[in-house]
Amino acid sequence: MIAFVLQRLIQSIAIVIAMSIIVFVGVTVVGNPVDMLISPEVSQADRERIIRSFGLDLPIHQQYFVFALSVLRGEFGQSFVFGESAIKLIVQRMPATLELATTALLISIIIGLPLGVRAGLKPDSIASRLTMSFSILGFSLPTFWIGIMLMMLFAVVLGWLPATGRGPTVLFLGVEVSFLTWDGLRHLILPATTLALLKVSLVIRLARAGTLEVVHQDYIRTARAKGLKNDRIVFVHVLKNIMIPIVTIIGLEFGQLIAFSIVTETIFSWPGMGKLIVDSIRMLDRPIIVAYLMIIVVLITGINFIVDIIYAILDPRIRHEATK
Amino acid sequence: MTMDDGETPILQVRGLRTYFETDLGVGKAVDDVSFTLRRGQIIGLVGESGSGKSVTGQSLIGLVDRPGRIVGGEILFKGRDMAKLAPEELRRLRGDRISIIFQDPMTTLNPVLSIGTQLIETVLAHYPSVTPQKARERARDMLGKMGIPNPEERLDAYPHQYSGGMRQRVAIAMALINDPECVIADEPTTALDVTIQSQIAHEVKDLCRNAGTALIWITHDLGLVAALADDICVMYAGRIVERGRVEDVLGKPLHPYTRGLMDAVPSRNKRGVRLSQIPGSMPPLLALPGGCAFHPRCWRADQSDCRVSPPEESPREDGGALRCHHPLEDSIVMAR
Amino acid sequence: MTQSPPRSIAGTIPSAGSVAPSPDAPGGGGFPRWRNPAKNRLVRAYFQSPVAAISLVILVIIVFLATFAPWIAPTNPYDLGTVTVVNSRLPPGATARIGDTVFLLGSDGAGRDLLSAILYGLRTSIIVAAASTGIAVLIGLWVGLLAAYVGGRTDAALMRLVDLQLSFPTMLVALMLLAILGNGLDKIIAALVIVQWAYFARTARAAALVEREKEYMEAARGLYLGHGRMIFRHLMPNSIAPLIVVATIQAAHAVSLEATLSFLGLGLPPTEPSLGLLIANGFNYVFSLHWWISLFPGLALLLTIVVMNLAGDRLRDLLNPRLRK
Repeated sequence: MIAFVLQRLIQSIAIVIAMSIIVFVGVTVVGNPVDMLISPEVSQADRERIIRSFGLDLPIHQQYFVFALSVLRGEFGQSFVFGESAIKLIVQRMPATLELATTALLISIIIGLPLGVRAGLKPDSIASRLTMSFSILGFSLPTFWIGIMLMMLFAVVLGWLPATGRGPTVLFLGVEVSFLTWDGLRHLILPATTLALLKVSLVIRLARAGTLEVVHQDYIRTARAKGLKNDRIVFVHVLKNIMIPIVTIIGLEFGQLIAFSIVTETIFSWPGMGKLIVDSIRMLDRPIIVAYLMIIVVLITGINFIVDIIYAILDPRIRHEATK
Repeated sequence: MTMDDGETPILQVRGLRTYFETDLGVGKAVDDVSFTLRRGQIIGLVGESGSGKSVTGQSLIGLVDRPGRIVGGEILFKGRDMAKLAPEELRRLRGDRISIIFQDPMTTLNPVLSIGTQLIETVLAHYPSVTPQKARERARDMLGKMGIPNPEERLDAYPHQYSGGMRQRVAIAMALINDPECVIADEPTTALDVTIQSQIAHEVKDLCRNAGTALIWITHDLGLVAALADDICVMYAGRIVERGRVEDVLGKPLHPYTRGLMDAVPSRNKRGVRLSQIPGSMPPLLALPGGCAFHPRCWRADQSDCRVSPPEESPREDGGALRCHHPLEDSIVMAR
Repeated sequence: MTQSPPRSIAGTIPSAGSVAPSPDAPGGGGFPRWRNPAKNRLVRAYFQSPVAAISLVILVIIVFLATFAPWIAPTNPYDLGTVTVVNSRLPPGATARIGDTVFLLGSDGAGRDLLSAILYGLRTSIIVAAASTGIAVLIGLWVGLLAAYVGGRTDAALMRLVDLQLSFPTMLVALMLLAILGNGLDKIIAALVIVQWAYFARTARAAALVEREKEYMEAARGLYLGHGRMIFRHLMPNSIAPLIVVATIQAAHAVSLEATLSFLGLGLPPTEPSLGLLIANGFNYVFSLHWWISLFPGLALLLTIVVMNLAGDRLRDLLNPRLRK
């Protein structure tokens, strides 16, 4: 197991390095940092001085070296707009985004898994067919639009839920969260549901496909032959087998949720890092853009790494192979 | 079959019919099958692949794969008709009073649950009041009985850590763990190495004999049945064509098909003689010939009866029964 | 709808597709005879699903309306000479405050006729989807075939690159690219090409590899048929069907991504027609309950994406070799 973890860790580090090169090349070579950093009115002499002070006159590989060092130290410079450390600004907003994405993930599983398993157990029933039609629709819904529609209906017309903001937060295990207060929870419902709709269809489809396949396996027939109760067959024998691919794929999709939280946060004014990055791109706040990209790279690579490990824990076949 | 000793048989099958209704037609996998299984008795159910012997086994325990369906007949388990039981009542019998061992040990165990879990849940499904510790002890003892070394540790292992033979021992332990009164063994040794096959078969036989468990052993191996069973049923195209005590039927086969099967078995006293084969092969279920289904392959078939009317069951004089218009005579020993 | 069949006898019964009357049957129902019987069968099988048939018809109508938007639309909503803020936020069915235009679906915050703006916006959606997916298919096809054909280290390196890209959400990659490139129609097409090509490369490679493993390929190599002929005649035809399926789904994804990015203000500049920008405009008036400005463009967007996905789904069912008998 240790060898397996170590091997995946090395792979993950390699990915982060590769992505840091891409981010660096993207920001430094393709996008012109001089134009991004210096206003056109600045005099030629000042211009050259600034270029030197940012090390932009150095050969490209040295520039990357400087960049990589600063990434390692977590230094991305000061935000042009806020005048604060870019990394600090992002880290401050990270819990809000993670809370939103995690809640969305849970909602999509809580809704999608039972529907999908049911559709897989009784593929010909009307409810199952309706579920599958719904999943096509859900698959196609543009997140930003459905967010606006939900907001208009539930916040503006009906007035049941707050439209924007995060509401009060409480410190939980050292992290600011809003789901522990009633008002915070009310604020969380709309943005989290909007984000969850993106993945409900995926969970339904995965669960249905998995169930359809598993129920025809010999070991399910064995379970019936043993006289197990139907609940035990579905919740242990079927579920444990379909959970392996579902957890893997859903885990990998967590990155997508974080990516699309950019949209949800913008609509619902959720104070997470997604909203920050959109604002920063509009303002060309380069330190924040770079810091965000690197943090996202590390975050997503980290998630993929963790998913790999969970996969190994869930599937005894992989687990033992890894141990050998 | 033979005389009744007064007690109710464990299993009485009467006119069982299991059909597969598909868009392409109806496949009569089991067609009018009847036999009786007494307490502690061992019956060998013999036939080629496609003869309907496995579907018979699955029907007995109510686990026919779709689109198969029991369309007629009775399966009396200690006098109660299993075919008419409510699903919950059937569930309570399954795995407890009557259990089944499937053919392929590589696929019959759940890959993501430990062997211990899969054994223990079988106990707890029927005896919820048993403590998990007791169930675990029971599981360990069963593994030990099936000759698995270090049963305590092996309980925590997963199927992929077992060899094929060991997995089948686990499956057998699972079937026997609640001391059933009847076990259906659906070719449990076919997928295994030849060396392990008869070893496991005899272990199961001894376990059943000692516990007084009735056993239906489904196989295509006549030799195995001869060594294992009290009675034999020979199936062809969904029907039992000949049945009776093993020594009677194999000693004096009256059905040409039984005879053909026997001639196809290699044995010591036929050394040097070319093995004979039954010509042709089992017809597909959706295209069974009319009359006696065996007639296209039968050297005794005539042009009238055999082609037109399916033979009714007629008694053998030793208490067995057969379905044939032209049973073999004593004089015909080495036909062809 | 995706219907992965249960692994039972029922699953082996030929699906609707193969039950379709044989095209070789005499008097084949008055359909025009196609040169390729396989294609003919596929077309008929496709239309056996009413949902898929309706989807395709709607898609064709959308593409038609989008293509000829300048001639069909009641007004030109992006002509600064005629559009006036005086007419802004008129409800559906209202007549203009200045001029005699009737705003069937209402007008947006800038006084544009919503119906016309939606048609112009769809035009952008279709252009972006077609251009980005088309270019990405071409790139992906060549990379995939190259990887499959050459194999070895080239294959490994290319596939690492594909894996690397696919492990990051398309939305993020597109966002990052637009942050670097700036906005504009060409920029967003470029960004969508970059986020899509990897899907096609992987699909094309997988299909080509299956073919490459076949024995006749060994024979062809033995005969030294020449690389071009091997790739064009043998590997490429097998990649086309799965690529079409992936392309349909990806095009729907591209429509959605363009709208999303434009909504965020990172895709198209506000002067260009785009459904995403229209919805963003409507978003400003959510609290004043000018619901039509964000509802109608969104419905048009949703309809376009749904019919593309339904068509793609049907194609996948038909072309999936696992489901085909």
